[in-house]
Amino acid sequence: MTTSWQPTASQTALKARADCNRQIREFFHRRQVMEVETPVLSVAAVMDPNIEPMQTSDQRFLHTSPEYPMKRLLCAGSGDIYQIARVFRRGEAGQRHNPEFSMLEWYRVGWDHHRLMAEVADLARELLQLDESTDVLTLEYQQAVIQYCGLDPFASTDQQLEALGIECAGHDLQLSRDGWLDVIVSHLLEPALPQNTLVFIHDFPASQAALAKTRRNHQGIEVAERFELFWNGSELANGYHELTDAEEQRRRFELEANGRPLDEHLLAALAAGMPACAGVAMGLDRILMHRLSTRAIADVLAFDWSRA
Amino acid sequence: MANYSTNEFKSGLKVMMDGEPCSIMDNEYVKPGKGQAFNRVKLRNLRTGRVVEKTFKSGDSLEGADVIEVDMEYLYTDGEFWHFMATDGSFEQHGASQEALGDTIKWLKEQDVYLVTLFNGAVLTVTPPNFVELEVTETDPGLKGDTANGGSKPATLTTGAVVKVPLFINIGEKLRIDTRSGEYVSRA
Repeated sequence: MTTSWQPTASQTALKARADCNRQIREFFHRRQVMEVETPVLSVAAVMDPNIEPMQTSDQRFLHTSPEYPMKRLLCAGSGDIYQIARVFRRGEAGQRHNPEFSMLEWYRVGWDHHRLMAEVADLARELLQLDESTDVLTLEYQQAVIQYCGLDPFASTDQQLEALGIECAGHDLQLSRDGWLDVIVSHLLEPALPQNTLVFIHDFPASQAALAKTRRNHQGIEVAERFELFWNGSELANGYHELTDAEEQRRRFELEANGRPLDEHLLAALAAGMPACAGVAMGLDRILMHRLSTRAIADVLAFDWSRA
Repeated sequence: MANYSTNEFKSGLKVMMDGEPCSIMDNEYVKPGKGQAFNRVKLRNLRTGRVVEKTFKSGDSLEGADVIEVDMEYLYTDGEFWHFMATDGSFEQHGASQEALGDTIKWLKEQDVYLVTLFNGAVLTVTPPNFVELEVTETDPGLKGDTANGGSKPATLTTGAVVKVPLFINIGEKLRIDTRSGEYVSRA
């Protein structure tokens, strides 16, 4: 039997990761954002039905992001915080995905998502080693889908979305409205976005709010104050103007829980009061893949899933 | 046949898609920030060779296709079927229809060995070896002294195939042909 004991990452890639972590710590140190650590294992699981947590034999869940405990710190008065965490998602394996991966998550008290997008752009420029002059394009979700997919994501009927989705997927996948929108966005929007440009898409459909605030936009449509950053066809970050309403949060959790235990600690913290803030999660492996111009996540991991 | 889930899709896996046997060429996992995970899959239809791209919800599955590839020697034709026999000592025989043979009919020679793809026990396709040796049955008379200029003329082979050959080739000569391009390589 041959055993692949060697790393999947080159020495250059290992060094790039070390440099990247150092740059992040220096960036936040300069800006007086405090580094924190929160538990990897928790009694509560993530609520997002599209993310499957891993569970240990003693009934603890491995975190899929450090979001919930970091919000409890915010409620306790931590002020601005960040964390570089290793997170775990069952089944997310592929050329660009590893079930265990590195996430940078940070929160800014008193900020909204627009102000946070500007900071995300600053950090992305440093980590991707881009010029100060690199273009930044900020588009509303609706505007972007109209421009690149030729259809209005809010005004179109379910049938219109389904017809375009089926055309993209090649067959009927029996999806919800949001499911078809995801198909359309990943097939038509992401590949068409301008290259070498930091593209922020914001104001998502309210049905895709997750843990973001919602509001009525200028057309009276309810949108989620959520954004995503794309760089050369891949998604690098996902951020929110954070929902602080404990009642609304419980309602969303209960809709999504699907048998998983609610994070009562988080709900109690929100009830005690969370400061208005914006938060974002950034995929560090993706950043490294762009920095090293590789399409395979294995190239930036010391040992990928198959050799772990 | 077993069912295969999207996370088991890998290059070379044979599956049924829209009632047709297909071979998976590429499988990419796609996960939007918030939302359903997908697999974007490239499949080659084994009957037509056509490549299609399909997107699946992660966790969806496809039925495996009963497809095997066997080395078989060409025996004879009865006019309706072209008969082949396995070279593994089993003497197993299968008849291929003209549709299954496709272009390979141009390169069929008795006792040569072909790669026969069987689907549910019937011949789906027949792939010729990369090179075959066939005799010229018809061509214009050879021209001596014109080997350098690279002029060519058509020549008909025993199988009926017509290939372009250099001017010096004569009837009765055996030629080596590249079946992938259908081009003359050399005298055999």
